[in-house]
Amino acid sequence: MDFIASNLLTLILFTPTLVAAILLFLPRVENQLIRWVALIGSLIPFCLSLYLWFNFEPSSVSGDITSSFQFREQYIWYEAINSSYHLGVDGISLILVLLTTLLTPVCILASFSIKERVKSFMILFLLLETGMLGVFLSLDLLLFFVFWEIGLIPMYFLIDQWGSEKGEREIWGGRKVPARNYASFKFLIFTMAGSLGLLLAIQMIGVVTGTFDMLVLFQQWPAVEGDFFGIPFTTVKAIAFWAFVIAFAIKVPVWPFHTWLPDAHTEAPTAGSMILAGVLLKLGAYGFLRLVLPLYPEEARYYAGALAFLAMLAIIFGALAAYGQSDFKRLVAYSSVNHMGFVVLGIAAAAFAAGSDHAILALNGAVLQMFAHGLSAAGMFFLVGVIYERTHTRNLNDFGGLFPLIPVYGGILIFVSMASLGLPGLSGFISEFLVVRGAWPVFTVFTALSMIGLFFTGVFVLKGLKQVLHGPLNERWVTNNGDTPTNEHGEILTEITFRELVVIAPLMVLMLWIGVWPAWILDVINRAVMVLF
Amino acid sequence: MQFPILSVIVLTPAITGILILLIPGERKSEIRVAALAASAVAMLLSFWVYFSYDISAGGYQFVEKYDWLPSLGISYHLGIDGISAPLVLLTGVVMFTGVLISWGIDDRPREFFALLFILATGVFGVFVALDLFGLFFFYEIAVFPMYLLIAIWGWKVTREYAAMKLTLYLFIGSVIALVGALAIYFKSDLNTFNMLLLEQVNFDPEFQKFWFPFVFFGFAILGGIFPFHNWSPDGHVAAPTAVSMFHAGVLMKLGAFAALRVGIMLLPEGATYHMPWIILLALVNVLYGAFIAMVQTDFKYVIGFSSVSHMGLVLIGFATLNREGLIGAGVQMFSHGIMTALFFAVVGMVYDQVHTREIPKLGGFVKAMPWVAVAFIIGGLVSMGMPGFSGFIAEFPIFMGLWRYQPWIAILAAISIVITASYIIRVTGRVFFGKIPQEFRDHTKDVTVLDKVALVLLCTILIAIGIFPRLMVPLVESGANNILRLLGG
Repeated sequence: MDFIASNLLTLILFTPTLVAAILLFLPRVENQLIRWVALIGSLIPFCLSLYLWFNFEPSSVSGDITSSFQFREQYIWYEAINSSYHLGVDGISLILVLLTTLLTPVCILASFSIKERVKSFMILFLLLETGMLGVFLSLDLLLFFVFWEIGLIPMYFLIDQWGSEKGEREIWGGRKVPARNYASFKFLIFTMAGSLGLLLAIQMIGVVTGTFDMLVLFQQWPAVEGDFFGIPFTTVKAIAFWAFVIAFAIKVPVWPFHTWLPDAHTEAPTAGSMILAGVLLKLGAYGFLRLVLPLYPEEARYYAGALAFLAMLAIIFGALAAYGQSDFKRLVAYSSVNHMGFVVLGIAAAAFAAGSDHAILALNGAVLQMFAHGLSAAGMFFLVGVIYERTHTRNLNDFGGLFPLIPVYGGILIFVSMASLGLPGLSGFISEFLVVRGAWPVFTVFTALSMIGLFFTGVFVLKGLKQVLHGPLNERWVTNNGDTPTNEHGEILTEITFRELVVIAPLMVLMLWIGVWPAWILDVINRAVMVLF
Repeated sequence: MQFPILSVIVLTPAITGILILLIPGERKSEIRVAALAASAVAMLLSFWVYFSYDISAGGYQFVEKYDWLPSLGISYHLGIDGISAPLVLLTGVVMFTGVLISWGIDDRPREFFALLFILATGVFGVFVALDLFGLFFFYEIAVFPMYLLIAIWGWKVTREYAAMKLTLYLFIGSVIALVGALAIYFKSDLNTFNMLLLEQVNFDPEFQKFWFPFVFFGFAILGGIFPFHNWSPDGHVAAPTAVSMFHAGVLMKLGAFAALRVGIMLLPEGATYHMPWIILLALVNVLYGAFIAMVQTDFKYVIGFSSVSHMGLVLIGFATLNREGLIGAGVQMFSHGIMTALFFAVVGMVYDQVHTREIPKLGGFVKAMPWVAVAFIIGGLVSMGMPGFSGFIAEFPIFMGLWRYQPWIAILAAISIVITASYIIRVTGRVFFGKIPQEFRDHTKDVTVLDKVALVLLCTILIAIGIFPRLMVPLVESGANNILRLLGG
């Protein structure tokens, strides 16, 4: 037990890799065995992070940023450039670790329906989990970057190899490529181009300060003065600030860097979309919280207005774009742009009004929104996947009036949609309310305009519901032979299965729980947020 | 007297090569077994040397010195430091894996292995030589068998042309370098070729400025520096697989290493004076090489030009003349050597199955050859500098060194990372994924066990260094500190 307690973060971080290594040695044909090993293996980090959750002591937090990190581990890693293997959690990373370790087994269970190359799929998925957890746990800038990049590769292959098989995109030269290859390439190149600036900025920070340890950098970097090759540090820092911001903004994604997202989400396999929307987007927002705010307080304050403006555009355009889609999955994808806009709005408001109560409220909202959106977006993508597996179409015009055929699915879809919309009593409401409450006194106009966006959120969510569940039964699904609703293509529309219920149930419970009684999670967030200023 | 392990490493291949020539040519399996055994011995010994090098003591270790021609000050003088130890290991690994994947060579394997082993002796010799004359001696030994290996066993279409081009380039380079080396010898007035003594002479700055380009470029031609790089892609493509592995994996390092040892270490002030424009040439290498690689349609040319790009990073690292840059360049030499050997092995395996390297004609080999596909992906990740693999460990300090030297060069050079990523992804997608063409569907088989051993060994090294930089970086750091002392830093 001592061993577990003193190496808890390392265990959480590398159990998925270990399970992936075990899977490597299982025979390729034993699909059922591979699935169960992956599922049970991914439950271990979840249990460990529950242990972490209950042993984390929010009360021990004092005003000092160093002491807010618990379960710290530090070992020599890359001595020559003074980078170490340094892990630790505070309240913000804690809930994101919990989210990641919860969503991974859920996604793996959701992927039981995958029949092709199950082994490779599961291995990649578990490696992806390690990559994401590493970002949340790192307290070393270089290590952060290492995990930041590592996660890209499994995600790329998940989209590229297991993405939807239909669809083609024309690229320059008139050549047609399968849509999933187009989407995965776009995802990778966008993110890598973004991280290029981040990489350069990290190198520059390393050269200037001689360390990559975040806890040291939080103290040193904002205080650096003088000039760098004849350029005053205020300018250098402003450029480095934008390098960080663009890298994270692409990942979040903030308008206008979002164009990779609809493609990637739409083409990814169901579990891939779930984890993309549920966790990967949070990496960007987490980067803002963990690095941008503490390292660049002045620049963040100075440019917060611009960031809030972009966030507002993301909220409005995301909602409008979602409304305009006729592809169910694309609709949900654009809704992520819309919802993540609130996270960025909260962060921008907090950066501008650092230290005030508004800032703390806005930041509380932003962090909770990350968690809430992780639940609802993963749930939505899963539900889209469920219906796609049965109908092999995502076109909203092919649905309609399905509620009587699949009442349980319909009920769940309505519940999750409402959480996504921000219905009071469900998770999305609390977080969006906090963001809006915190941001209103800071950026009144932007927040007011975002509220209009929020209205359109309601519109597109209802549009999705209406086109799938309500209205006259689409002729494709008119029953002509007894009880099973089969259309003329022989596709069967069946009710949600038990396995699928098990997938969605924990997400729904958490949505409701946070919506009704958010104090348990807000307490942890709040203490972490207070320390940031 | 201590066991002369370096001599054993250097001479094992050559002696085996000669012994192999004594085996009757038709007894091919005996020849192969003998070759494999000898290369395994050389590799294990180089592992042993690598891990028993005492980092805390630093300097040159395992030194052996015998007079050879005392009247001219020439001696047989061997030793390794932190920069050359990884390169000796690299040579051992590439030699072993090269023999493994050449198992299938059926055309005069006796002569092939003999020449390959003589080449290996030359390469080992250059890395461990501490005598300037000895260095040139081994250098020429390494260059000559290359000509025969390419001209006889190479790709039928271009082998005569490429072999001739390569050999002429390298001979011209070595002649120029030799002129410079002789100038150093006579100027020093010490009547010695001992590099340890020559290092200590503080040559007159004007002398250094004048002669540095001779020595540096003479060797850097073999390192593939722009604009003298264009022998290398032709040579890589024309060579048979094992020779390409040697060629790109080890021989290019030979050039870079000799340019460092003779150029920068003997003439440090000349190096400081000339580096600003050499760094620009190397920058051209990095970017131009990556761009050209992106538009190639021949699988092997893609890898060939990617070597030009990556060797540019090595030269850039040297040219920064600071701690981070030198450490990065040292690791990059090793990392790129293993990575490019892996690439050429993969290309060779694909080519052996389908007899074409035209990327548009290939596709879908992941099903038939999963190991090869995974190995290529790992190599590709190393090549694009993905964290968690050795390429990142090497490139990160190089870029830090550049930041210290001149930030805008770092920013420009970083563009190559995205270009590299795009061509690696394109090639991976086209060759290994998608649909397998009808004509190859039925007769594509998986690779043999020996091939898999080679691939696994190379991949393991790349990942191990990426995850545990401690395995290599402190060693290279001790070597880099030695160079910094000479530079007066």
